[in-house]
Amino acid sequence: MSRQAPDRDVAPTVQRLRLRYAKRGRLRFSSHRDFQRAFERALRRAGVPIAFSAGFSPHPKVSYANAAPTGSASEAEYLEIGLQAACDPHRLRQALDDALPPGLDVIEVVVARTPDFVARLQASVWRIELPEVDVAAASAAARALLEADEVVVERLTKQGRRSFDARGAVLSLDVAPAGEDPGGCAILTAVVRHGTPTVRPDDVLAALRRVADLVPPAPPRVTRLAQGPLDPGQRTVGDPFAEDRA
Amino acid sequence: MTITVPQQAARGESVFDRLERLLPQVSKPIQYVGGELNATLKPWDAVEVHWALMYPDAYEVGAPNQGVQILYEIINERQDALAERTYAVWPDLEALMREHGVPQFTVDGHRPVGDFDLLGVSFATELGYTNMLTALDLAGIPLQAASRDEGHPVVIAGGHAAFNPEPIADFIDAAVLGDGEQAVLLITDLVQAWKAQGRPGGRQGLLLELARTGSVYVPAFYDVHYLPDGRIQRVAPSRPDVPWRVRKHTLMDLDAWPYPKQPLVPLAETVHERMSVEIFRGCTRGCRFCQAGMITRPVRERSITGIAAMVDNGLRRTGYEEVGLLSLSSADHSEIGDVARNLADRYEGTQTALSLPSTRVDAFNVDLANELSRNGRRSGLTFAPEGGSERIRRVINKLVTEEDLIRTVTTAYAAGWRQVKLYFMCGLPTETDADVLQIATLAREVIKAGREATGRRDIRCTVSIGGFVPKPHTPFQWAAQLDHASTDARLMQLRDAIRADREYGKAIGLRYHDGKPGIVEGLLSRGDRRVGRAIEQAWRDGARFDGWSEHFSFDRWMQASQIALAGTGVDVDWFTTRERDRTEVLPWDHLDAGLDAEWLWEDWQDALDEVAVDDCRWTPCFDCGVCDQLGTQIQVGPTGVVDLPMPTARASVGSVLAGS
Repeated sequence: MSRQAPDRDVAPTVQRLRLRYAKRGRLRFSSHRDFQRAFERALRRAGVPIAFSAGFSPHPKVSYANAAPTGSASEAEYLEIGLQAACDPHRLRQALDDALPPGLDVIEVVVARTPDFVARLQASVWRIELPEVDVAAASAAARALLEADEVVVERLTKQGRRSFDARGAVLSLDVAPAGEDPGGCAILTAVVRHGTPTVRPDDVLAALRRVADLVPPAPPRVTRLAQGPLDPGQRTVGDPFAEDRA
Repeated sequence: MTITVPQQAARGESVFDRLERLLPQVSKPIQYVGGELNATLKPWDAVEVHWALMYPDAYEVGAPNQGVQILYEIINERQDALAERTYAVWPDLEALMREHGVPQFTVDGHRPVGDFDLLGVSFATELGYTNMLTALDLAGIPLQAASRDEGHPVVIAGGHAAFNPEPIADFIDAAVLGDGEQAVLLITDLVQAWKAQGRPGGRQGLLLELARTGSVYVPAFYDVHYLPDGRIQRVAPSRPDVPWRVRKHTLMDLDAWPYPKQPLVPLAETVHERMSVEIFRGCTRGCRFCQAGMITRPVRERSITGIAAMVDNGLRRTGYEEVGLLSLSSADHSEIGDVARNLADRYEGTQTALSLPSTRVDAFNVDLANELSRNGRRSGLTFAPEGGSERIRRVINKLVTEEDLIRTVTTAYAAGWRQVKLYFMCGLPTETDADVLQIATLAREVIKAGREATGRRDIRCTVSIGGFVPKPHTPFQWAAQLDHASTDARLMQLRDAIRADREYGKAIGLRYHDGKPGIVEGLLSRGDRRVGRAIEQAWRDGARFDGWSEHFSFDRWMQASQIALAGTGVDVDWFTTRERDRTEVLPWDHLDAGLDAEWLWEDWQDALDEVAVDDCRWTPCFDCGVCDQLGTQIQVGPTGVVDLPMPTARASVGSVLAGS
């Protein structure tokens, strides 16, 4: 603060690793910023030789991609880190997982061998549980949504209220009953293409409300199951690490 | 407004399922879910004594609090007890909890606070009182202690504000003065024994056990008698087996208590994104306005080896990137130079920032800041002359000359800092407009000297100033508080004087707080039991989070006080802007902070005569009374340890994981 940066040697990045991690249970209420702080502390606790940016206020080299919204759980979050000493990805996965609180879990670590990783995250698979919602009603709403060409929804963003189409990004939307929930529970599975603005699960729910007046009586439970490259023909999402493993 | 807790639930059962449904509808839900790194969750039935510990402010303020973290850990280390934490919920969640019948809960086990044996509330400031009432009400605990039965927790107040708990005497069962470490263990022992013996005497029996120790204040066992003019005639025990005075607790040998050993790392963002290590407790500088300095005597230092071990252990357990070396005046640690040098050496190249929240005005402080920030990261530099003129600084016993300040600030600018912050107070006893306007002159001299020393024009200083609130157990406890209109008028004069300065004004920033919140703080600080009704009325009228300007309403407090104090013959002015005389019985006179009343009065007279006193760490004892009355003594170095036998932290980084 208010002082010139001293000259400092910056250790070069010798290895880049890509991580898949999950946000589970009550920690789904952590925001992306909350996760960032927890992750950067876990790097220190685990003794990871993270590389730092140059400059007056050095930052650890971590690139985050497409964070799931606060309140949504996720099985498929991704980030990339740069290291100043090469590490074994399996041991690093274990050490980081141990250093993070339970509920923020590191699932897989691969060495980055390819460029343009973020471009591979083309779509997400979302599981949206709607407690106390009748499966028939949910199915009818899903059909109505898929039959529409465009469903404009509104969302409050930092730039103010914004209207956009939530239909175009929804590539598929399936409805299934939940196992033995006595109050009834519909489970939606949606494949949603990433774009600008990104259509999020709450936008899909807003769209269902708009086309079929579907209003869940209890808060939905949302989980991102996967992110990855899209096969437009089959409308499925592939493994974004496939090319790095090859 | 009370919450009905479903009767069928077993004690200690989690309410998380019911809370979880509300969380998507509130702001920053992460603050309510717990699960912090290093948090402890014990099975309810495995222990005999259950403590809920509350910091009565938002999680972001309360979670980093050292006092709560220390007690949480000390209690949880016991086999027979557990402690969980609870914080004030924001109004959005409060409304939903009332609508859906969800009680005040702990963030660890999400257990209803009403199920615990004890609820300890730590008051760093009086502005948390209304938040305690919200928590009690949400917990289904009657607000009035007299209405509670054996099924309700014993509500105990601690923290600095508990040195005058009279305004909240109706709402609490007990108060503990001073250091909490040994006090919570004592109380836990007594509650454990009382429960094991089949609760002899019921709730009353337990409170009596606590009161008889002389270490726990139970307001219900003391009667307050008033004179016709509204002053207190006397405060006396209502039973023969309860002592006349209750004494504060003083923890000696900080090295034997290296807590927190497992600092909590919240997921939610908090006001202190760093780890803290308390390097000493107490202060004998003798600043007459400073309640903390008066009530935490004597000075007890942690040794250089103890500090280094806590820093090392804490960083390994938390992963924090910054460590704050805490105390009331950190540059005053007798071995601070060696502490700073050793820690800076050890963590060089690890991107670990060290900070010393010290506001001492001398060049040594700048050297320390340079040492601690030599690996690049540095926070701002703050100095606290507190008073604008040398005369007023003699009144408050802040022994800093204008030369000291100019020399110090010049050193800082020359060392590369471009901005410094200066703290002042407005409304000090005997203060005139001239004393406050002198701040503008001082700031101008600071900029002038900074420009000369560096040859640069981009030198800045920020003047931060707030209204002074007289506090119990200080020499200024008898003083008249300045009314808010006069405080504001003085601050406006200062603002205008700075603005009018064409040559230097633009380089001087002014941050000030208006005088109104200070009047409410003053009412709560020096109030007696009659003020309790005003607190409850203000709370019923909606007062919450009074320390937050966006929630605070002066008018609400004034209206509530008018209603609640009607017929008593006393009012807000009587409690705040009235000077007390020597013979007046003060509401906290029966609570013993160790300070000799004669000494306090003489120090007040010295203040009026503009006579300063020295620090007893370096000069002979001046009989403040603390060491004599409490059987304590100053614990300071040198320990003789200059260099720590520790490797640098850098060598170990990555060694475990490296090599693929």
